[in-house]
Amino acid sequence: MDKRFVYADNSATTKISKPVLEAMMPYLTDHYGNASSIYSLGMDSARAILNARETVAKAIGAKTGEIYFTSGGSESDNWAIKCAAEVGASKGKKHIVTTVFEHHAVLHTCQYLEKHGFEVTYVPVDEMGLVHVSDIEKALRDDTCLVTVMFANNEIGTIQPIAEIGALCREKKILFHTDAVQAIGNVEIDVAEMNIDLLSMSGHKIHAPKGIGALYMRTGINLPNLIHGGAQERSKRAGTENVAGIVALATAISECTKNIPEKQARLSKIRDRIIAELTKIPESRLNGDPIKRLPGNVNISFRGIEGESLLLSLDLEGICASSGSACTSGSLDPSHVLLAIGLPHSTAHGSLRLSLSDENTEEDADYICEVVPRVVEKLRAMSPLWERILRDEDIDAE
Amino acid sequence: MIYSEKVMDHFANPRNVGEIPDADGVGEVGNAKCGDIMKMYIKVNDGIITDVKFKTFGCGAAVATSSMATELIKGKPIEEALKLTNKAVIEALDGLPAVKLHCSVLAEQAMKAALADYYRRQGVDPALIIGDLSAPDTCEI
Repeated sequence: MDKRFVYADNSATTKISKPVLEAMMPYLTDHYGNASSIYSLGMDSARAILNARETVAKAIGAKTGEIYFTSGGSESDNWAIKCAAEVGASKGKKHIVTTVFEHHAVLHTCQYLEKHGFEVTYVPVDEMGLVHVSDIEKALRDDTCLVTVMFANNEIGTIQPIAEIGALCREKKILFHTDAVQAIGNVEIDVAEMNIDLLSMSGHKIHAPKGIGALYMRTGINLPNLIHGGAQERSKRAGTENVAGIVALATAISECTKNIPEKQARLSKIRDRIIAELTKIPESRLNGDPIKRLPGNVNISFRGIEGESLLLSLDLEGICASSGSACTSGSLDPSHVLLAIGLPHSTAHGSLRLSLSDENTEEDADYICEVVPRVVEKLRAMSPLWERILRDEDIDAE
Repeated sequence: MIYSEKVMDHFANPRNVGEIPDADGVGEVGNAKCGDIMKMYIKVNDGIITDVKFKTFGCGAAVATSSMATELIKGKPIEEALKLTNKAVIEALDGLPAVKLHCSVLAEQAMKAALADYYRRQGVDPALIIGDLSAPDTCEI
């Protein structure tokens, strides 16, 4: 098969789509007015933001006034968690419940709060990468002020029982936040039906540019500001609005939520074909639940090889992917997500994440299925660890 | 993180990959938990390293530093190989990202472990020539 370029790292970021670029372009060129200005150029921007807010709200079953634009998923997570903690502390409630495999924007924010007098319970996940509602319930205390659980995991793509956790939190009158950065556009979301109080979104995972996101905050919750200053976003989030980004986010959300069942059907078919082919490779395993997972997520570990060299080799073949190996995580330990589902270090080092989007085709899948086994074999041929695995040695005993 | 062209070249086309079945010395360093293992084979004739091969489990820098280290000692007298430092490997690769410097240390250690094995087989205590070769307790070097 001819060499081709396959971008299969859409959980890292995505290409800006044509409709998004077209929608945002006027606000990067002629319509540059500040939305706070009184003349018509400014009002055009204000109107664009208003329309965008309505679009985003509609896509997740929220009211227009419940959407606040931010700089992205990390800011939305920080705002929701730090400011919910602040409200909790004012009522003497300084306990937060989250899970062990959250995105670092949530985990590190929780760790920061621990240094500032809060207690955090990190609920474990099972070996399929699923959170159990009963474990969340067990972790709740009288002084719990917030539960934050990701909608879908960014590495292994597992979709969590958000509606059940939402119902539990509503019943216990505890704030419930979810980071839905990976879920938007892949899973139907209705914040009202699912009893979600706070929800983080990001633009660049759904074909909008980097640097734009939003926080949904249910009416009546009224968290304090994370960013203080001007009166933008109804005085809740200061900073001159990124009008082009906001328009892009709204366009992207409306595009990606237009026909979720159809997208799920198309992408999960490609996903399952890749999983079926790649798990034929000896000493490989699928990480995460095979069914309760994002339609475009593939995460497989290959024993005896290391993730970074796998990615570099795939890059030489034109395939962009990611891994949970220590070398690519920027730390000495492999992915906390893969360790959380019980993988030994050596297996976690050899993981490959492929994340597909609407842009990927069956031909891309054919190419992936042809290249990956070849590259794995090449790397194993030069791996002293693979020699030991073939000799049936216990490589994790060290 | 950015790799130099030389690192990418040695990763994409690693030199001296493989095994030497009748090697005069074999050394292996690193472990599976840390994510890198290097195994080096040497053939010695009249005090000259006439052949060297390696196998590496690890990241791009681990492969590239192993490859470069074998290139730097191949055909050299043992005394010269013993003087090879990780810094020389880094320089020969036009630099390494800071987080990857430990790979070059591992390459130096793999080479020295192979030489130590060679000395042991000759009935010579390698500690006297090469020094301490004990592995570090953590993944950090």
